[in-house]
Amino acid sequence: MLNKSLNLNPKFFDSDVEQKPTRAGFGTGLVTLGKENPNVVVLTADLSGSTKTDAFAKEFPDRFFDIGVAEQNMASVAAGFGVSGKTAFISSYATFSPGRNWEHIRTTIVYNNADVKIAGHHSGTMTGPDGATHQATEDIAITRAWPNMDVIVPCDNIQAEKATIAAGKKYGPMYLRFSRDKTPVITTSETPFEIGKSYIYWESENPVATIAATGYMVAYALLAAKQLEEEGIPTLVVNVASVKPLDEQLLTDVVGRTKCLVTVEDHQVMGGLGGALAEFFAKTQPVPIEFIGLQNTFAESGTPAQLLEKYGMGKDAIIAATKRAIERKETR
Amino acid sequence: MTELTDQDVRDLEIKANTIRELIITTLIEAGSGHSGGPLGMADIFASFYFHILNHKPEDPEWDGRDRLILSNGHICPVRYATMALSGYFPIEELKTLRKINSRLQGHPHRGALPGLETTSGPLGEGLSQAVGMALSARLDKKDHYIYCLTSDGEHQEGSIWEAAMAAGKYQLSNLIQVIDYNNIQIDGNISDEMPLEPFVDKYRAFNWEVLEVDGNNIREFIASVEKAKTIRDKPIIIVAHTIPGKGVSFMENDYRWHGIPPDIEDVSGAPPKGEQAKKALEELRVIGERLQHAE
Repeated sequence: MLNKSLNLNPKFFDSDVEQKPTRAGFGTGLVTLGKENPNVVVLTADLSGSTKTDAFAKEFPDRFFDIGVAEQNMASVAAGFGVSGKTAFISSYATFSPGRNWEHIRTTIVYNNADVKIAGHHSGTMTGPDGATHQATEDIAITRAWPNMDVIVPCDNIQAEKATIAAGKKYGPMYLRFSRDKTPVITTSETPFEIGKSYIYWESENPVATIAATGYMVAYALLAAKQLEEEGIPTLVVNVASVKPLDEQLLTDVVGRTKCLVTVEDHQVMGGLGGALAEFFAKTQPVPIEFIGLQNTFAESGTPAQLLEKYGMGKDAIIAATKRAIERKETR
Repeated sequence: MTELTDQDVRDLEIKANTIRELIITTLIEAGSGHSGGPLGMADIFASFYFHILNHKPEDPEWDGRDRLILSNGHICPVRYATMALSGYFPIEELKTLRKINSRLQGHPHRGALPGLETTSGPLGEGLSQAVGMALSARLDKKDHYIYCLTSDGEHQEGSIWEAAMAAGKYQLSNLIQVIDYNNIQIDGNISDEMPLEPFVDKYRAFNWEVLEVDGNNIREFIASVEKAKTIRDKPIIIVAHTIPGKGVSFMENDYRWHGIPPDIEDVSGAPPKGEQAKKALEELRVIGERLQHAE
């Protein structure tokens, strides 16, 4: 059942659960930060509407900079702000930032230790009809590899707002990953969130598998866990919003109890959450791991639901992967 | 800045020559690094650190300082030599360039050495950071200047033109770019590899004020910075035509010295390997003596 101590959305499993995009939480979080801290500045590359920086722009026009369609320049202009006492957020689609401008971020933000947060939007296959050009599916991998870099993937709009505010209060480079479409609201304003922490969102009695999910895919992991419980297979679901740094203690504990793991993300299985957890558990306690995500392929145009189905990332795929992980554990 | 006397100019020329000697000795010790650009820019670096910049070598993080951003980080031997000479760190430390545990990274790293404003080396990124610093200074109503040193070769990078466009949009008159226009890059002459001309027209079209100057003439260069400071509502670029390898006869205007130190390889027309540094230092010593005894 849902973890009662975390004050999650009690209506999550209802058919009419409230749905909102994570990018909306980014937008409201920026306005809150802007009110609290006059040193927060926001830059965009001609995408203020779709990446939700428009509310900040309206409220604080002097601290908003539209750099034009120029993501490389945006990153390094932000670096200039970030070493001058400002906390800068840059906002674009993740394929372009941190995609196109990767080396600008590496040198002038990350190695330079500038106080800049990179907000990557339209991540994952959820960008749907736009096609694979606009579906960022490698962004976790390319940001996670940097030293001195946090990587945060909020699971819903409420967590997105909390993550944005938390990011603004921590000095240094950080990547925040957001998605476009409305997704179920999983948490409430009372649900705890901290950079570097993971949380158990679902736990059946005597769980036999851990499902670790990040971003909006936490919702699919929860749906899978509920059905698995109905089928008599107890699991637990961890929200790993903080892909870097990992909550090593909590993850060690849950995988120590269940002895197998399923990772769930709307991202390539290489280098993302699955990669991060495989690296960690290879060092500490090798267990069977199944990876839900894009399997070394680009996706295509389609609705998000169609794409999850076709590319093996939806609820049914998670259920099947969990059964495989358990079977591998038992036949070891 | 105060009025420059002939003696002031000569003192700066002597500093520049000393910087050139330090560049050569530093490069020999390092065993790798760039010669042409650093030697060509010694006059401009001497002008900045010993006359133009409002700075405190003993307090590198002083908030009121002018910011000097080096975008083409590969010419850092000239910056390190000049910083050491002006008191940021002991001259002895120059020997550690490019070596393990050194603050003097092969390309400059802000986190390693106080007094560096940015990490640089990958080309075409400094001007963007200068734009951010200039916008930040404007937001905070601070009156320091942002000087950004760039190279001609790095103007082949597309993102530098994104930065030029943004500086024009925001009318950043607190931003003064100085481009080292020496017409060399690693593979050859700029005019052969990927020409930039008509360069001045390009910047004018991006809504910049353009000044042109002999970058090895200290009096002219300082005058151009003075003039740049009087310009309002536009970013300014000073196109400094310099002689790469300046001061060392066999290196001057020869692109083959862009990326190597003396005594690493035989270069036709130059003294043989093993004799190059000696010859370079001898030539610089003669120049130094001439300056010391000039009327």
